[in-house]
Amino acid sequence: MSAGLALEGVHTHIGRYHILQGVDLDAPGGLTTMLLGRNGAGKTTTLRTIMGLWRASKGRIALGDRALHSLAASDVARLGVGYAPETMAVFSDLTVKENLILGARQGPMDDRRLAWIFGFFPALRKFWLSRAGSLSGGQKQMLSIARAIVEPRELLLIDEPTKGLAPAIVGALIDCLKEIKATGVTILLVEQNFRVAAEVGDEVRVMDNGRVVHRGSMRDLAADQRLQMRLLGLSLDSHQ
Amino acid sequence: MSALDVGAALPRRKIEILPALTPLIVALVAAPFVGSASTFLTLTAAGIAMGMMIFTMASGLTLVFGMMDVLNFGHGAFIALGAYVATLVLLPLAGWSASDSVALNLAAFALAILAAAVVCGALGWLFERLIVKPVYGQHLRQILATIGGAIIAEQLIYALWGPDQIPLALPAAFRGSFVFGDTAIEKYRVLATVVGLAVFAGETLILNRTKIGLLIRAGVENREMVEALGYRIDRLFVGVFMAGSALAGLGGAMMALYRGQAHATIGAEFLVLCFIVIIIGGLGSVGGSFVASILVALIANYAGFLAPKLALVSNIVAMVVVLLWRPRGLYPVTGR
Amino acid sequence: MSLLSGDGPRGRPLQILIGAVVLALMLAPFLFPGAKALNTSAKICVMILLVASYDVLIGYAGIVSFAHVMFFGVGAYGVGLALYGLGASWTAVAIGLVAAAALSLALALAIGLFSLRVQSIFFAMVTLAVAYAFNVLASQLSDITGGEDGRSFKVPAALQPGFKWLDHPIFGVPASGKLIAYYLVFFVAAVAFLVLLRVVNSPFGRVLQAIRENPFRAEALGYRIVFHRTLATCISALGATVAGALSALWLRYVGPDTALSFSIQVDVLVMVVVGGMGSLWGAIVGAAVFVVAEGYLQDLMGALANAAAEAHLPLLPGLFDPHRWLLWLGLAFVLAVYFAPAGIVGALKPAEGKGKRT
Repeated sequence: MSAGLALEGVHTHIGRYHILQGVDLDAPGGLTTMLLGRNGAGKTTTLRTIMGLWRASKGRIALGDRALHSLAASDVARLGVGYAPETMAVFSDLTVKENLILGARQGPMDDRRLAWIFGFFPALRKFWLSRAGSLSGGQKQMLSIARAIVEPRELLLIDEPTKGLAPAIVGALIDCLKEIKATGVTILLVEQNFRVAAEVGDEVRVMDNGRVVHRGSMRDLAADQRLQMRLLGLSLDSHQ
Repeated sequence: MSALDVGAALPRRKIEILPALTPLIVALVAAPFVGSASTFLTLTAAGIAMGMMIFTMASGLTLVFGMMDVLNFGHGAFIALGAYVATLVLLPLAGWSASDSVALNLAAFALAILAAAVVCGALGWLFERLIVKPVYGQHLRQILATIGGAIIAEQLIYALWGPDQIPLALPAAFRGSFVFGDTAIEKYRVLATVVGLAVFAGETLILNRTKIGLLIRAGVENREMVEALGYRIDRLFVGVFMAGSALAGLGGAMMALYRGQAHATIGAEFLVLCFIVIIIGGLGSVGGSFVASILVALIANYAGFLAPKLALVSNIVAMVVVLLWRPRGLYPVTGR
Repeated sequence: MSLLSGDGPRGRPLQILIGAVVLALMLAPFLFPGAKALNTSAKICVMILLVASYDVLIGYAGIVSFAHVMFFGVGAYGVGLALYGLGASWTAVAIGLVAAAALSLALALAIGLFSLRVQSIFFAMVTLAVAYAFNVLASQLSDITGGEDGRSFKVPAALQPGFKWLDHPIFGVPASGKLIAYYLVFFVAAVAFLVLLRVVNSPFGRVLQAIRENPFRAEALGYRIVFHRTLATCISALGATVAGALSALWLRYVGPDTALSFSIQVDVLVMVVVGGMGSLWGAIVGAAVFVVAEGYLQDLMGALANAAAEAHLPLLPGLFDPHRWLLWLGLAFVLAVYFAPAGIVGALKPAEGKGKRT
């Protein structure tokens, strides 16, 4: 079982803007925790702060008993944190293979693990030696996630993986996320698509204005439409 | 993993071919104007040799720029330093240089350019730590700091070697020309071309076949993601900076030998040319700067023959034309 | 609206320093007799205008250009070549100045529209290349420009050293054309400086700073970035052109070394940083410190070098050689970039001004 993640009173400033204003957040070990909220609530900034790409100006971040808040991004990654950002950030000039080689920092890629990844992302095998820049949006997203899991990780930070994807691909992605979860890794997942969130999430945290404003189980939130309305401003059509 | 490689049926990476052909097109266009075939061949060979030396100086700069957005004005100082280090080796080895033995000649040459590369690489480390690192990510201060560093380095060169140029003789075997019919091609130009090609081949191999190379290419595109994968980009960058400085020194040493003298002004002169080349090539692209170097040198040579007064501004004209055609250079790197 | 556009130097030490420099320049012919001192003073006046116009660009608009000295050269060559070709008359000066201003504007527009849209570093490199090409062109077209040798020319009679406009000296200083020339340089530079001060303190100047701080936000607020930046480039170019014209009139000579060389560009950068970027008052301090150091630091270093040579110390004579004065200035420059990004003006600012930032 992987370690859990905990943020206590985290503040982050970007330039003159005070984005995170005291985030208290926990993602229990081995579970998938959804991070929901309106645009601009601070979800992406939270992931980037955990990853060390923004420096927290105040507060504590811990993975198990190891403190992350004063580490550089590379050191956070070395503790076993995988990151698939919102922009996917695949290296366009490199091939699919080369992207995954870089994902496997500790050495050569494990063939069994690769075969496992190809199981739910067959397109990656097909375009193995193609430039990542020539892939479609969905394929880039698969590559981004594959790169984050090509080595075993303690914690996965995934930012809006279904954004802009065709429904068929979203299905494949849901299967993939469930499979990854089955390996026991802790996942913190930012997602706008409530249906996806309801399907893969165990726990849920909702952010607004740079703070966590709700904490509970995903099942409870999925069952309570009034709460959804209040926290997320969801209307029924956004479920489609 | 071989089983997986077989699965690669579909589109391999596509390399656009037209930008790479621009030097050839320029040569074909210039040929009828030049007229005489032997003159044309001589000009072309000279241009290619010059292009190779420029490439050697510029290729490191484009990576330094690509990875960290560092516009390094100190690069010129390393070009000049390389030239002076070559004199330090070649003047005491005058015996080897003058001897009849090609092996000794070659050894003197190789020692000189290697010494230039090693010294410049080592001082590149110092320059990066003292001048560049304190102002990472702050463009304006970085430009200013490297300009200050360049001033200091140039003045130190003057303090160490004096203000006058130092004559530098080519090893005996590389003097004179190969003559084919009525075409004469200087031997040293052939040597310079060989060295330049070796540098290009080495860089291409490293960038495409090693993990360090993959990291450099990935870093040029998105340094943040490289960090998020657990790699320390600042260490990678120091290495690239040192390699870039070493190549600047190597190119400077070769250029000094070509000109038969070392002088500090070579730095500023070629710094501007290096900037032009990496803009034309596409910031961060080694292949692009290779093509651009040959292109710029060929144009300068043909223009020098056809319209001498305009030869020196031909670079700028080339740059403007290329940018009007491809605003981000011949081979733009994604993410730049 | 006051003469200083409501933006006087802040803090007592800075006021004293600026006041002292301005007073010294105003009374230079009477305070410091001798050709060298007067040349130094005139050069300071010219440089103040050149540095201030550069500061509009780099300090206020945040645009890094290496083509600023090109505009200085256009001004110098414009006036110089007009006087050379048309004879020593005020008409020639006017024609030269107008032609130079037109050329500068055209070049500034072209540079601005062509490349201000792109990344700032890209712009810096392009301007460097353009300035280099212009320099080369000026040396190559020797039929017109005199090439590397430049052109010496006669200035209008009233500015010539031999011109006597009073029979008796004023406070011991001969009433020659040199005196008129000095005050022409001084007053034109002063007026142009006040105009630039007015510009940076106008709403336009504040928009420039807003764009520098956050281009996206400024654009979202409806400011046209390219328009504002191009206009800033044009204003700054005109300032440099006037400075170049003054330099030509004072030196009665124009050539690549005094009007176009890249080392002038580096000098201007050093002055703007040492004086204080983003404050036009920094131009006065930076130019004064630099030009005085250039003129007099070398004497001091010569003495040090001799002393070191007599003591048989290794290396030191080379480092203190008067020609190596730029080494020490370069060192000061780098230290200023690290530790005093706001230059001398920033260091002398009263503390409350600094506290507001956090």
